[in-house]
Parts: sequence; C-alpha cells; structure tokens
Amino acid sequence: MNDTIHLTHLQRLEAESIQIMREVVAECERPVLLYSIGKDSSVMLHVARKAFYPAPIPFPLLHIDSRWEFRDMYALREQTAGRYGVRIIAHLNPEAVAMDVNPFDHGSQIHTDLWRTRGLKQALDEHRFDAAFGGGRRDEEKSRAKERIFSFRSAQHRWDPKNQRPELWSLYNARMHKGESIRVFPISNWTELDVWQYILLEKIPMVPLYLAAERPVVERDGTLIMVDDERMRLNPGEVPRMRRIRFRTLGCYPLSGAVESDADTLPKVIQEMLLARTSERQGRLIDHDQNASMEKKKQEGYF
Amino acid sequence: MAHISDLIATDIEQYLHQHEHKSLLRFITCGSVDDGKSTLIGRLLYDSKMIFEDQLAALEADSKKVGTQGGELDFALLVDGLAAEREQGITIDVAYRFFSTDKRKFIVADTPGHEQYTRNMVTGASSADLAVILIDARKGVLTQTRRHSYLVSLIGIKKVVLAINKMDLVGYSESTFDKIVEDYTAFARQIGINEFVAIPVSGLRGDNIKDPSAHTDWYHGPTLMGYLETVNIEDVAQHRPLRMPVQWVNRPNLDFRGFAGTIASGMVKQGERVRVLPSGRESTVTRIVTMDGDLDHAIAGQAITLTLADEIDISRGDVIARPDDLPGVADQFEAVVVWMSDEPMLPGRPYWLKIGTKQVAATITEPKYKVNVNTLEHLAAKKLELNEIGICNVSLDQPIAFDPYEQCHETGSFILIDRLTNATVGAGMIHFALRRSQNIHWQALDVNTKSRAALKGQQPAVLWLTGLSGAGKSTIANMVEKRLLALGKHTYLLDGDNVRHGLNRDLGFTDADRVENIRRVAEVSKLMADAGLIVLVSFISPFRAERRMARALFQTGEFHEVHVDTPLAVAETRDVKGLYKKARRGELKNFTGIDSPYEAPENPEIYIDTTRRTSEQSAEAIVEYLQQAGVLSPAH
Repeated sequence: MNDTIHLTHLQRLEAESIQIMREVVAECERPVLLYSIGKDSSVMLHVARKAFYPAPIPFPLLHIDSRWEFRDMYALREQTAGRYGVRIIAHLNPEAVAMDVNPFDHGSQIHTDLWRTRGLKQALDEHRFDAAFGGGRRDEEKSRAKERIFSFRSAQHRWDPKNQRPELWSLYNARMHKGESIRVFPISNWTELDVWQYILLEKIPMVPLYLAAERPVVERDGTLIMVDDERMRLNPGEVPRMRRIRFRTLGCYPLSGAVESDADTLPKVIQEMLLARTSERQGRLIDHDQNASMEKKKQEGYF
Repeated sequence: MAHISDLIATDIEQYLHQHEHKSLLRFITCGSVDDGKSTLIGRLLYDSKMIFEDQLAALEADSKKVGTQGGELDFALLVDGLAAEREQGITIDVAYRFFSTDKRKFIVADTPGHEQYTRNMVTGASSADLAVILIDARKGVLTQTRRHSYLVSLIGIKKVVLAINKMDLVGYSESTFDKIVEDYTAFARQIGINEFVAIPVSGLRGDNIKDPSAHTDWYHGPTLMGYLETVNIEDVAQHRPLRMPVQWVNRPNLDFRGFAGTIASGMVKQGERVRVLPSGRESTVTRIVTMDGDLDHAIAGQAITLTLADEIDISRGDVIARPDDLPGVADQFEAVVVWMSDEPMLPGRPYWLKIGTKQVAATITEPKYKVNVNTLEHLAAKKLELNEIGICNVSLDQPIAFDPYEQCHETGSFILIDRLTNATVGAGMIHFALRRSQNIHWQALDVNTKSRAALKGQQPAVLWLTGLSGAGKSTIANMVEKRLLALGKHTYLLDGDNVRHGLNRDLGFTDADRVENIRRVAEVSKLMADAGLIVLVSFISPFRAERRMARALFQTGEFHEVHVDTPLAVAETRDVKGLYKKARRGELKNFTGIDSPYEAPENPEIYIDTTRRTSEQSAEAIVEYLQQAGVLSPAH
C-alpha cells in the first residue's frame, strides 16, 4: 500500500471548482463567465484556465460594464484579454447609455439596477447564454449560506426559491428547458481567506486597488470615496485629499468605500483582513441602500 | 474573518504557510432546534473567532430584542434566519457554514429539521465526512435520534460524534451521560454504527466545546472542537481501486486528445495500463496533464486530464479503471432510493438517472419495501412519496460502470431527474447489480433475450390461446394486449386469420397444413420472444402435439398455454364469421369441431370458461396471471 498523500484544503477547493466548471461545459450549450474584474472573478478565471488546459477557456467572459468602474479595473480587463486570449464581451446597457445614468443624478439604486441588473439580463438574452458562472461565495452573507451551486433562473431570469434542486454528492443536474438558464457558483465553498491565499499562492494578477497606496479621496457620511476621474462630483467646499487607502471590494468607484490601510502587499492584506473587526460587505454601499436584502436582489437577478 | 492566531500579528508569512497546509473536514449537524443545534453551531463559530465586530454588535442587539437567553448572547441567532425564510415559503435544504482553527478548515452542513428532514439531511450528509448527532441530555435517545442515526448510516458516514447537549440542565450528571451512551450503543449497533464518540457538552455555556469543562471532571475524552480538529479523516479513497469517470473530452487540436475528470477513488500513474468501461478497451496512460505541469501520479480528489497511448473511443460518462480491479458493468441493479419530490415516484415511469458523469434513461420497479425512518420497520409500498426511502430495482436503457455505494460513493450514487420538469426528484445508492457482465466485449454477450426484455421492463413470454373457432380467443387477446400496452409493456398479437393472409397464405386446412401453420407461427413467436416481446398467439391450434412442439421451442416459464373453453354448441350459436354454418353445409372442409377434432389441453397454465366469465373478466384474469408470473417486471 502506498503512503497516504494529503491534499490541502485549497487543493480540494480548487479541484471541486474545476469539476463544477467542466460539468457546465459538458452539459450546457452556451456558458459564459461573469467577469467583474474583482478578486473572486479573477480566481474563477484562473480555475477555468486550469480546468480546460491545454485547451483555451471554451467560453467568453462577460463584463457588465457601468462606465463607472475604476480606471485600474479597465486596465486589468484589457491585460486579461491580451494575456490569456480569452474573448471578453463588455456589455453596456444602451438605455442607461442614452439616459447617461450615473450615481450622482440617479442615485445608487437606479444606477445599479439599470447598468448591472438590467444590463446583465440584456446581455444574457442577447447572447442566449444558458449558464453563467458567478463568483458568489456562501461565506459572504447569511442568506448566501444556503445558495445552491447550480441556481436556476426562469426565462425571465427570476430566481424561484421554491423551485431549486437538491444537490447531492457532486452530482449536478444541469438539465433545463429552452429559455431557462442557470447561475453557477464554482467557488461557493471558498472563504475570503481562501480566495486571498489562493491569489497569493498562484500569483494571480489583481487590480492594484486591493493594495494600500496614496490615493485622492473625499469622506462622505463616514465613507471614503476615491476620486478616480474628473467625473466625480464634489460637494461645495469638498477637496480631495491624499490618503493611504485600499479597497476590500470593488464596483463603481463612486459607490465603493475604501478603508485606510498600510497593507501594500498581499500577505499584509491578508493579515489585515484576519485581524479585521468588520465583515467584508461593510464597504459595499449598495448593501446598505434601502435595506435591500440579498434575497430580494437575487430574485431580481442581481448577484 | 477574524480568525485569531498569534502568528497572524507577529509573522503573517509563517501563518499563511501553516494555513496553506490545513486539511478540510466537512461535517453535518443533526438535531432539531430544540436540541440546541443552532446554539451549538453558533458557539463553534464564536469560539473559533469567526464573528466580526459588526456581526457581534448585531448579535448583542438581537439577543436583547429577540433572544431566548434573557439578554445574554443567543448564539442561535448567528445561524438562524432559516426559520424566517421557511415562513416565506423558501425551500431550504441545507445551509453551509465555514470556520477554521489553527489545524483545520471546516465546512458545516446545517439542515433545518421538521417536515422535510429526510430530504434535507440526506442532501447535507452526502458530502460530509463526519456527523455530529445532538441529543438533549434531559430527553435522552429519542425517535429523532434514531432517525438521524439511520440516515447517517444510510449515507455511509463512518465518523459519528454523539454530542450530549444541555448538560448544564442536568447538573452535569455523569450517570445521565452514561445512561444515554448505553442506550445509544445498543441502538447504534442495530443500524451498523459500530463506533462513535460521545461528548458531554453545553452549547449555551460552552462546556467541552473548545476547552475541557470544570463541571465534568469525570469526563476524560476530547472536547468537541478538539475532536473535530484531530479526528483522522485521512482519505482512504486513494488506497481503493482506481475509478475516474470521464467528464469532458479535451480536444483543442488534432495533436491533443485528453480525458478530463476528477479521480473518484484510487490513484493513477503515468505509464500504467488502464481499461475503459463499459467498452472494455485498454490503453496506457501517457501523460497526466495539469496546467501546473505533468504529474507522475494523481490521487482521488484531484481534477486532472489523462492522455492515452492508443486512439480508442472514449466519451463522457465512461469510467477509467485498472484492468486488475474493475467496476461492475450492468444495466439493472438494486438500490436504496430516497424520494425528494412532491410528485410520488411511480414504478415504470421513465426518469433520467445521473451517475458520475453519465446520464441514462431509467425506470424503477415497485419498491420491494419502504423503510419507516422512525421505527426502521419495513413496509409494503406501491410507490414512494416525498421523504420516503425504498429498496427498489432500477433498470437502465444501457449498461453502465458502477460500484456498490459502500465501496465507492462517487461511482455508486445517483440522482433521478424528472423528464418533464427536469427537477431532481430522487437520489439513490446502489446495493448490487442484478445481472453482472464484467466481460470485456459486453456487446456480443450482453445483447440477448434478457437484455432486450429488460430494456422493456418485462420478461419475454408467449401467451398461447387455444380454443374452438368463435370461442372468443381474439377478442380476449385484443383486450389483454390493450391492457398490457397501457401498462407500458411491449407486445405483439399473432392472430390466426391475419397470419393466414400473409405468411401462411400458401397453407390450406389439411392436417399437414395445420401442422405447418402452427410450426411457422411457433417459430415466429419464438423470434419475437427473443426480441423481448410478450407475444399473444390466438390460434385454434387443435392438436396437442403441435402445441407441445411450440412449447418445446421456449425456455421454462416462457410459454403460457391459455385454454379458451367454450362448448361447441355455444360457439356454434355465436358463429360470428358464419363459418360453422358453412361447415355444416359442407362448404368448409376439416373444420375444427365439425369434421376435424379439437384436442383440449390437459394442463393449460390458464383455463378460461367463457360461459362463466365475460371477455373483460377473462382478459383481467390473464393480466393478473402475467403479473403474478413476473412477466410484467424486469428479470431479477
């Protein structure tokens, strides 16, 4: 008998994610990877490269753009396309373009709904994607804890909580009718620490905004907002100041809260996270907005 | 995630190195809210410092507002929220929680109790290495304890912790603890749980959760967290026979053809001989490909891509194994089926069955019995309702590679999918194959009468209806065939008149022609039975010898003689076709009963007296006979 070989928890998580992605590619006709340019979708992208190696990733990446991402995010998006030869579809909701929707005139809720939620539905319909990989994790929020890995959506993209399928062993049922689709969360069982540690070990390219640096910010209602370009509307008397900050989650820059930090390397970021006293989503403004629960967002089609 | 270790602050690189090598333990907690399950899980999260300040502040506020602990921290509130969702009608089967300590990372499957317990628990348990069964120390071993333990054993979880909770409410009594352990030991043995660890705890007070309790100085075993951190979960799967279900064929260009999959059990080595099931073709592993470089070997749990030396036909759903230790290949097996849908499981209805990476069409027989999960009694059942567990035979439209569940969970478990709604309606675990064909070239050996009939969910049979002209043979045969069709059976009716219009048009009514007539019909019905059909032969067939000749063509149990008995006088008065009149007038020669004898069967399998039964009743009796004879179920 051979000596027992140990797989670490990260090796197991990676293998599970690979298995999930291969299953989708084998069973679905038109998969797509939802690429937000953040750390979770970067991990998914990396796992996808491993899953199908030496073949190129057999599906495109879809970025639901809002025109209000950080400039660093657009830069990484371009690098990613060049580096891995993947096709990145950047979708801009034409309605939102026509109305010039922005966080300042329309508020965070309408802004997010039009660009992201509606934009996602449009893109999925337009390209007739039947499976979309998302970077959601079960440790993110209490209501996510019970989310399936294969999450079914009606032809109208609605999540019907009463009609989800039990998932046993590693057997996933991806059968669906025409027009229906699934959201698949291959890194469901990863925690924030797992994601960071994996990024560190695998040297996955990241948006530099996750690392601390001097950046121009304004403080609003206790939240630090970075002034990333000239479109940022300053209140009378408001002057951007350079502060040493980083971001724990990324989205539209006027809606992303920064934290003051000295963590300018990945180990330091992990250290800070491990010693942190507040949970990850605190910096995400839309979560506080209108007490909108994840449940409600999910039913509407937002991740 | 405020997981505290001194190293985090002092030497993060060292901490990360340590964390990188942590193992992973998945476990399930079984118990209802009353057992303090949520409190216990909340306590584990709290004690492993998984609670953030903002969450803790919310917990403190909620504890004061809605807590059940008089303003003290109510750990249950950390994990509940399921109750509220249930009120909204949201289906919840399992919630997953995560925590880690210095030694391990943990994934906890938490299943809400109550109505849907079986479905939920089986789902949560299917991915667990260990089960924590909660017992309220005040109540001892209850019905639900038995139910939880049975399901844990059914799913094949080998590591069981009996957490005897609320010890604070029984004064930390050693005798109470001992009594419960004694009761449980007796019961556990019956259901095949031979080993378990019992720990006296209080989720609320924290006794023996993380640190040994001062209140239980009589207890010298591990704390709950201590046990979870150290229990040996070394994956035995890698020492078992190699199984790799092929998940996806990787063919980026003409020069590369790889077979991607996750190794379900065992180890694969570069250069090793492998066999592909069910085709039975063999080749040699040339490379074990990963993006991080080729491997010399890979073990259970790893997701890899194999390339083989030979260009053999392999597709998704095939299983790669070593030629000296092969899985079974079969298209019928006995299995435990757990039903998970509001729509009951109906025997004979076609479902999709997914096992490993393979999907096939399947039908399930009437359960041999169902199990009452509370009493473990075996009960008769015609179908399975939501949350019911039954032992059934499963029949597939093609052979698959498999292992008994207890030998390999990955190649022995399946889900059942409704063909209309696509919902996952059931789950199953294979006991054993009903017909095994481990031979290399199964095609040649396996496509035979039995396999053709099995595909149809029936056994080949010939129903030979004999009797005078006008006795009602064809009427009854027609009715029987209609009923069989309605039952989803595959039949064919050979009628005397019809055959004489075609195949036997060259034959007359001399004795010799009558014999040849019967010989041909017998041979045709033999071919049809060989095709797996239930053949109804409706022929006067007056002579015993010819009927005996026909019978001799078939296997024992395949030939069923039905004597449709009508007195000549009655048949003659019916005379539907006016044949008796013609015969009496001498226009028809050698007419049975008039100028040619009818030799009634001496020992027919079925005797029908048409003067005492209607055609419907007669047909009913024949179908019932076929059912009892097992013709309408797949062979065992």
